[in-house]
Amino acid sequence: MSSLTKSMKQSAPEKALRAKRGAQRKDIMLLTCMLLPSFIYYIVFHYLPMCGIVIAFKDYTYSGGMFGSDWNGFKNFEYFFTSTDAWVITRNTILYNLVAIVSTVTTNVAIALVLFEVSSRKALKYYQTTMLLPNFMSWVVVSYITYALFDYDYGVINHMFGTDINFYAEPVYWPFILSFVNVWKGIGMGSVMYYAALMGIDTELFEAAKIDGANKWQQIWHISIPSLKNIMAVLIIMGTGNIFRGDFGLFYQIPMDVGNLYSVTDVIDTYVYRGLSGGEYGSTAAVGLFQSVVGLFTIICANSVVKKISPESAMF
Amino acid sequence: MLKNRAYYRSQAIINVVMVLISMLFVLPLILLISSSLTDAEALKDGGYSLIPRSFSLAAYQSIFSNPQQIIDGYKTTIFVSVTAALAGTFVMCLTAYPLSRSYFPMKKVYNWFIFFPMLFSGGMIPSYIINTQYLNLDNTYWIYILPALCSTWNVIIIKTFFLGLPNEIFESAKIDGASELSIFFRFVLPLSKPVIATMALTTLLGKWNDWNTALLYIRDTELYSLQYLLQRILREAEFIKQMSYNTEINMGMIDVGSQQAAPEVIRYAMCIVAAGPALCIFPFFQKYFAKGLTVGSVKG
Repeated sequence: MSSLTKSMKQSAPEKALRAKRGAQRKDIMLLTCMLLPSFIYYIVFHYLPMCGIVIAFKDYTYSGGMFGSDWNGFKNFEYFFTSTDAWVITRNTILYNLVAIVSTVTTNVAIALVLFEVSSRKALKYYQTTMLLPNFMSWVVVSYITYALFDYDYGVINHMFGTDINFYAEPVYWPFILSFVNVWKGIGMGSVMYYAALMGIDTELFEAAKIDGANKWQQIWHISIPSLKNIMAVLIIMGTGNIFRGDFGLFYQIPMDVGNLYSVTDVIDTYVYRGLSGGEYGSTAAVGLFQSVVGLFTIICANSVVKKISPESAMF
Repeated sequence: MLKNRAYYRSQAIINVVMVLISMLFVLPLILLISSSLTDAEALKDGGYSLIPRSFSLAAYQSIFSNPQQIIDGYKTTIFVSVTAALAGTFVMCLTAYPLSRSYFPMKKVYNWFIFFPMLFSGGMIPSYIINTQYLNLDNTYWIYILPALCSTWNVIIIKTFFLGLPNEIFESAKIDGASELSIFFRFVLPLSKPVIATMALTTLLGKWNDWNTALLYIRDTELYSLQYLLQRILREAEFIKQMSYNTEINMGMIDVGSQQAAPEVIRYAMCIVAAGPALCIFPFFQKYFAKGLTVGSVKG
C-alpha cells in the first residue's frame, strides 16, 4: 500500500515534467517557425548578394550572369586602383566623414546644452519641432531648397547679395555647402539624444554645485559635458567605423549629379551608382567590395575601442 | 532680486539665439512655398525669394489641369509605404520575439545571423543583379517592399522592448497552458503598442521619402514614387532650361489659359503638392520618432 502511493507520488511529477518538456519542445518549434520569414529575407536579400561579390573577380556578362561569367582575377581591382578616381573618391569619402563627425557632435551637443537651459516648455517644444523638420524631408526636397538658394539665375544668394556665382559649376563652395546641409538635416534628431541624456542627470548635482558657488559655465563644464561623454565617445567612434560609407542621398541629390563638381562631391557610393548605371558591373563591384572589406575592418576596430571605454555601449 | 534679473537676461539671450537658429529651419520651408507662388514676371526680376513681389497660382493651376502623374505618384507611395510599414513591423516583431525568450536555444546564433549584414554587405551591384536578373523584381511594387522588409536595427529595438515586459505575464500564461504563439498575439503585441507604433511610423517615413529604389529599379512612370517623380522634375526642368539657353531662346513659358507659369515655378508647386501634406502630418508623430532613438542601451 505504502509502496503503491510512493510510486504514484513519484510518477506524478515525472509525468508533469515530461509534459512540460514536451510543451517546451513544441514552443521551441513554434519560436523557430516565427523566425522563418526573416530567415528567408536575410538569405535572399543579404546573404545571396554577399555571395554575389564573386563578380568583383569576374568579367561580368549579362548572358553569363553572376556565376557563369569568366574569372579575370584582380583585373577589376587593378583597373580601379590605377585610376585617379580611386584617390579622389576615397579622399572625399574620408574627409567628408571626418568633418561630419566633428561638426555633428559639436553642434548637436551645443544645441542640447542650450535647449536644456530653456525654461519655457512651449518654447522648447517649438525649437525642437522646427529643428526636426528636415528629418521628415527626403533628400530630394532638401535639394529643392538648396537649388532655390544656389541657382545661378534665380537663386536667393545671387539675388540677395548681388553676386554672380555659378555655384553648380564651381567646386570650391561644395565642401562647405554639403557639410552644412549634413549638419542641418541631422541636428534635430541628434540633439534629442543628448538632451535625453541631460534630462537623466540627477538635479541634486546642479543644486550642490550652485551652493558651492559654481556659475553656469562651470556647471556645464563639470556636470553636463562629462555626463554626455559616453554617448559622444560612442557616436564618434561609430562614425569613424563608418568612415568609408558616404551618404548617397546627400552626395547624389544636393549637388544634383553635376559632372563639374565630381572632384569634390564624388564619394564611393555615388561612384558605385554611376558605375552601375553605366553597366560597368565588374569594376564597380570591385569598388564596392573594397568599401565593404575596409568598412568591416574599421567597424571592428571602432567597436573594440568602444568596448574599452564603455563596455555596455559596444555593439557586439 | 539681482539673481532674478540675471536669470531673465540669460533666458532672453538663450531664446533669442534659439529663435534665430530655428529660423534656419523654418525659412527654407517658407522659401519652398513662396517659390511655388511666384509670378513669372517676379521670378525674372527677383528670382526665388521669401516674399515674392507678386503672387500667382498659375503653377498650381497648370499642375491640377493635368494631375495624372501626381495621382500615380501618390497611389504608389501610399500603397508601398503602408504595406511596407505593416508587413515590415509584423515580420520584425515575429523575429524579435523568439530572440527575447531566454530559453530559446538558437538565440545567439540567430542574433549573429541578422547582425552580420550590418557589418558587411555585398554592395549595390550584387544586390542589383540578384533583384533584377534572378528575382525579376524590377519595375514592380515588390521592389519597394521586399528588400526593406526587415531592419536589424529595428529588430534590436523591438527585442529590447520585449525584454522589458514583466516576466509574470509569461509565467502565468505558461501555467494556464498557453503556447508561445498565443502569448505573442494575446499579450506581447497588445502590450508593445508604443514600440510597434514607433517602428511602423519609422518604416512609413523611410518608405515615404524613398527615391533610391525607383532610381535604380523603376522604369514605368506610373510606378514612380513621389520623391523620385520630384527628382525627375527638378533635373528635367534643368535640362529644358539648358536647351533653351543653347538655342538662345529666353526662358520657356508654358501657356495655361490666359495666365502663364514659368517651369521653374511649376517645379516648386509640384514639390509642395507632393511633399507638403506629409510634411504637415509627420511632425505630429514627433515623439514616436524620437522614442526610436532614445530606447538606448540596445545591444546586438
